[in-house]
Amino acid sequence: MPNTAIDRKIDRSQMQVSDEIAIEITGMNKWFGTFHVLRDIDLVVQRGERIVIAGPSGSGKSTLIRCINRLEEHQTGRIVVDGTELTSDLKNIDKVRSEVGMVFQHFNLFPHLTILENCTLAPIWVRKTPKKEAEAIAMQYLEKVRIPEQAHKFPGQLSGGQQQRVAIARSLCMRPRIMLFDEPTSALDPEMIKEVLDTMIELAQEGMTMLVVTHEMGFAQAVANRVIFMDQGQIVEQNEPREFFNNPKSERTKLFLSQILGH
Amino acid sequence: MNTRPGAGQPYVRDQMLAEKAPPILAAGPLKWARENLFAGPVNSALTVLGVLVVLWGVQAAYPWLRHSVWTASSLGECRAIIAASWGEGASGACWAIINERWTQFIYGFYPSHLYWRPVLALGLLFFALAPLLFGETVRIRMAVLGVVTLLLVAALVQLGTGSGLSDLALLVALVAALWVMWKTPSRMLWFAVLYPFLAFWLMWGGSIWLPLVALAGLGVGWLALRATLGFGGLVAIVAAIVAPLIWWLFVAGHVFAWLDASLPVAIEAVRSDKFGGFVLSLTIGISGIAMSLPLGILLALGRRSDMFLVKTLSVGFIEFIRGVPLIALLFTASLLLNYFLPPGTNFDIILRVVIMVTLFAAAYIAEVVRGGLAALPRGQFEAADALGMDYWQAQRLIVLPQALKISIPGIVSTFIGLFKDTTLVVFVGLLDPLKGITDAVRAAPDWKGVYWEPYLFVGAIFFIFNFSMSRYSMYLERKLKTDHS
Repeated sequence: MPNTAIDRKIDRSQMQVSDEIAIEITGMNKWFGTFHVLRDIDLVVQRGERIVIAGPSGSGKSTLIRCINRLEEHQTGRIVVDGTELTSDLKNIDKVRSEVGMVFQHFNLFPHLTILENCTLAPIWVRKTPKKEAEAIAMQYLEKVRIPEQAHKFPGQLSGGQQQRVAIARSLCMRPRIMLFDEPTSALDPEMIKEVLDTMIELAQEGMTMLVVTHEMGFAQAVANRVIFMDQGQIVEQNEPREFFNNPKSERTKLFLSQILGH
Repeated sequence: MNTRPGAGQPYVRDQMLAEKAPPILAAGPLKWARENLFAGPVNSALTVLGVLVVLWGVQAAYPWLRHSVWTASSLGECRAIIAASWGEGASGACWAIINERWTQFIYGFYPSHLYWRPVLALGLLFFALAPLLFGETVRIRMAVLGVVTLLLVAALVQLGTGSGLSDLALLVALVAALWVMWKTPSRMLWFAVLYPFLAFWLMWGGSIWLPLVALAGLGVGWLALRATLGFGGLVAIVAAIVAPLIWWLFVAGHVFAWLDASLPVAIEAVRSDKFGGFVLSLTIGISGIAMSLPLGILLALGRRSDMFLVKTLSVGFIEFIRGVPLIALLFTASLLLNYFLPPGTNFDIILRVVIMVTLFAAAYIAEVVRGGLAALPRGQFEAADALGMDYWQAQRLIVLPQALKISIPGIVSTFIGLFKDTTLVVFVGLLDPLKGITDAVRAAPDWKGVYWEPYLFVGAIFFIFNFSMSRYSMYLERKLKTDHS
């Protein structure tokens, strides 16, 4: 396996999938200009699910999760997040965004603010949390991602892995019910990938609903309860991880798996 | 034993090398001179040529400066003194004109017993700006304000404010302001809001009710904002702009007339045609700078807006203003507006010029800020969106702090340009320090024929102001740098 081995013991006791629906996407289509980037997407995510989305580059997997918090606008179909349908209504968009955390490939920390300020900014201004309380919550999450001692530094002074963990803490400070990860380890040096994955595993163990676009197949096998394979803007195959990796059904999936695993 | 790694042989270093000093030509001043002055034949020739040009300039100007005369009552007297001490035909600078007339270069025709008012206004400017410009540590803030206060007190003692009572009141107020600055500088942000109205009153004098009624417009805007916030952001912003305009245009005049009649409180008024010299330049320059920055930021945001109308209006405004010379705008302000305004309207000429200069600078600031906005990675906007921030929160907390930081050099350049452009007001009949006042001074028979000295004096003062702005912007860039430890 080319990716970081997941060697820690994983506690699945909290990883319960409930019947409650967290995200429901029906017949969703999206175009960039005339390019049909997402085609007839149907997807239901239950609370507590950990879904890994894999696929070749350009397959639309990032665009899909960016549609879930309206960083991209879909043109037809419905997306309902936590009971709120995403339309052009700004109130609904802001409501969904404050419930859904997002972690980006390039971290996108705010370079002019300290780590602590990065984490408290949205709680203070969007959630109207008092400053003291927001700082206490932020420190709690920074401890969780194991970098409380960096709280007063600026993002530029941290390593890539540390920055990504801060980005995760920043999202968690908004107390989201769903977390989206858009290739969180793709921009990291190999030795830093593990620390970020460890943080994500901990999150999964606490029962967070997660959608993760990644090439870390070790993570998928260890944590995911479902793997979705996308190609050419469509969901080509989905299955629970063991079946997906050991017994892929479609030719495209087999080809993809042989390319990324066949070293 | 192996001493160097060679081809085909295994090699192991058994002793690590100690650090050695670099060769003499590779470090220190010799290295610097070799690299920067004599790097090659062309470079060496240019160095020698440069030194010769500097020497020639010094040799040409030095006797003139050495023969300077500081005290005389006319140019003739200056020349006589120079001839007596340095021989017939010697040339020399006659600084006596500056010594004799410097107050005019600074204050124009402002009444001399009221000189303390513009001085006080300038000193208080530092108090108003302290929380914004150099408020980050108590030490810097108090050091700057301490020096300003000392200079201000010295100047006020020298000039006199008219009565012992007002001297004492001012002193108490200054000490109180320093105290607040030391303890709770955030309170002084209120002073920054009050300052423009206070400065207006100090500069032009007249009834206290005029600036207060104008200030009330801000309160009206705030109330309108609070009252309409429930209807959405855009409605509230429009209301917050329209309500004060209605107040100022239709209501304020009556309120002022009534207050002034029932409870007159006034200090001696100074008309705009008395303004001149650096008092005029600074009045126009500082008001222009203070108003053009927010306007320019709004225009830059407007130009990047998705809303078609906002975008088109912003682009149209920016391109129009940048497309016409400032002098054309100033002529419009001084001449054409009279045709459009109702007869008998007394629309102050300095106010008109300030508006035009502000609009002019704002268009340039808008483009500078747009450059800063464009330099921000898209991820910053997306991260702000993903955290649920609305447009104005994202702009205020994430986008503008970074974009403005990138734009600091361009913004300060625009400010410096604006300040120097204030000398153009001479074309609409105002007495700018460079030409207006200089011509007025040279019109006196005593000083006819003086040429260089006033220009050098005025130029030096402009240089001090602009160089300070430039250094301040470098300090600001250093202070805001967060990309490494």
